[in-house]
Amino acid sequence: MDAGPEPKIVGFLCNWCSYAAADLAGINRLQYPASVRIIRVPCSGRVSPLFLLTALRRGADAVLVSGCHPGDCHYTSGNLVARRRFAMLKSLLEFAGLDEGRVNFTWISASEAADFARVTTRIYQRAKDLGPYRGALRKESGVPRRE
Amino acid sequence: MSKQEELRATARRLLAENRVDLILGYTAGTLPLRTTPFFARTPAEADLLVWNAFCEYNLTNYLPRYTGNRVGIVVKGCDARSLVGLLQQNQVQRERLYVIGIPCAGVVDRRRVALLAGGAEITAADITGGEIVVRGRGFEKVLPMEEVLFPSCRRCRYGNPVLADVVLGEKVPERKETYEDLAALENMPAVEREAYFAREMAKCIRCYACREVCPMCFCKQCFVDGTAPQWLSRWVGTADNLFFHLGRTMHLVGRCVDCGACARACPVGVDLMAFNRKMIKDAEALFGYRAGLDPEAHLLLGTFDPNDPEPFLFRG
Repeated sequence: MDAGPEPKIVGFLCNWCSYAAADLAGINRLQYPASVRIIRVPCSGRVSPLFLLTALRRGADAVLVSGCHPGDCHYTSGNLVARRRFAMLKSLLEFAGLDEGRVNFTWISASEAADFARVTTRIYQRAKDLGPYRGALRKESGVPRRE
Repeated sequence: MSKQEELRATARRLLAENRVDLILGYTAGTLPLRTTPFFARTPAEADLLVWNAFCEYNLTNYLPRYTGNRVGIVVKGCDARSLVGLLQQNQVQRERLYVIGIPCAGVVDRRRVALLAGGAEITAADITGGEIVVRGRGFEKVLPMEEVLFPSCRRCRYGNPVLADVVLGEKVPERKETYEDLAALENMPAVEREAYFAREMAKCIRCYACREVCPMCFCKQCFVDGTAPQWLSRWVGTADNLFFHLGRTMHLVGRCVDCGACARACPVGVDLMAFNRKMIKDAEALFGYRAGLDPEAHLLLGTFDPNDPEPFLFRG
């Protein structure tokens, strides 16, 4: 690994596909960056914009949401509803000044372990290039926060 | 007959005929350039209603609280769109409403008037034709109306109510809606834009006035108030303020009609509309969706199309 701080990446993965793909990547001994912290969610439709904001607010340098390919949702339409939300959310966050590459959305099915490894490696690389997130969602003023 | 006289006559008739229990409207404020929300319950009280370019409040915000009453409500163009939003989301029952629509050419931004008048105390203001005349001790200033309207009014395309049982007065000419207000921000490098929003958010004192006046913020419990999970700390800082405003903007996607009530209510003048405007622009560009036009339509984020665009997708 090259020098510099390791980025923290939070991945919200759908239980029915992307989470299984991450599992399969492990079984197949495909390497993916250990910087990716995985949170299993029942569906990409479960991912609230507040989850991503909280992750960035509390220390993540990049976030990833991955669900089933459109049409393959375990709940028929969860990812289709999520897709509209993500389109708006990504545009909003980048409008608010977040670097492109800090919020990532993708579709990875349960059999696409190689895709999972590739996508996470790319996200890791981009996060590393961008450096630690020190943007407005971390900007403190007034009394220091007590954790 | 002026729009105000027509309004009073209509309100009197509705109350006298017992068609409604109350009329939500405006009455003269205690200061020049101001009106105040007014609930007329008797025909006599109807004569206290006013209509002028100072009627800035979006009265539809009160509607979800008057579920047991038959309500007559005065709406401008933007308010009518808010009302459509409330109907879409089953927050009000159409059959309990009598909607008095008034075509609106824009409402006056009193802070801007005060600024242009040099900050001296204004004791009287009159609108004649396309001008507003403000007077105070030892001064009189004439300002063109177009210059003192709220930003959201200057770009408003829906001055004529999209939904009403009766429309008073003549239609106003349609303005062309542009997104020029966003262009400057969109053309900035991301770093500068972030710095701009950080400055704006640093001003915010999180009084939640923007949420309170917003007709679309009708949740019984807001995400900022909860403690399990506690999304936000209780103290005020740039990061938490930005979190709040981004979260609120996401909740308003496909519902905000750009009435500008939040920006008017903000006591510290945060640029509250920029995020919402961006989402309004995107909703139209990506999905051809405009909020508050059709009570039967699904909400933007409440439905989907199998062929929705995926501009956000990262394929590695």
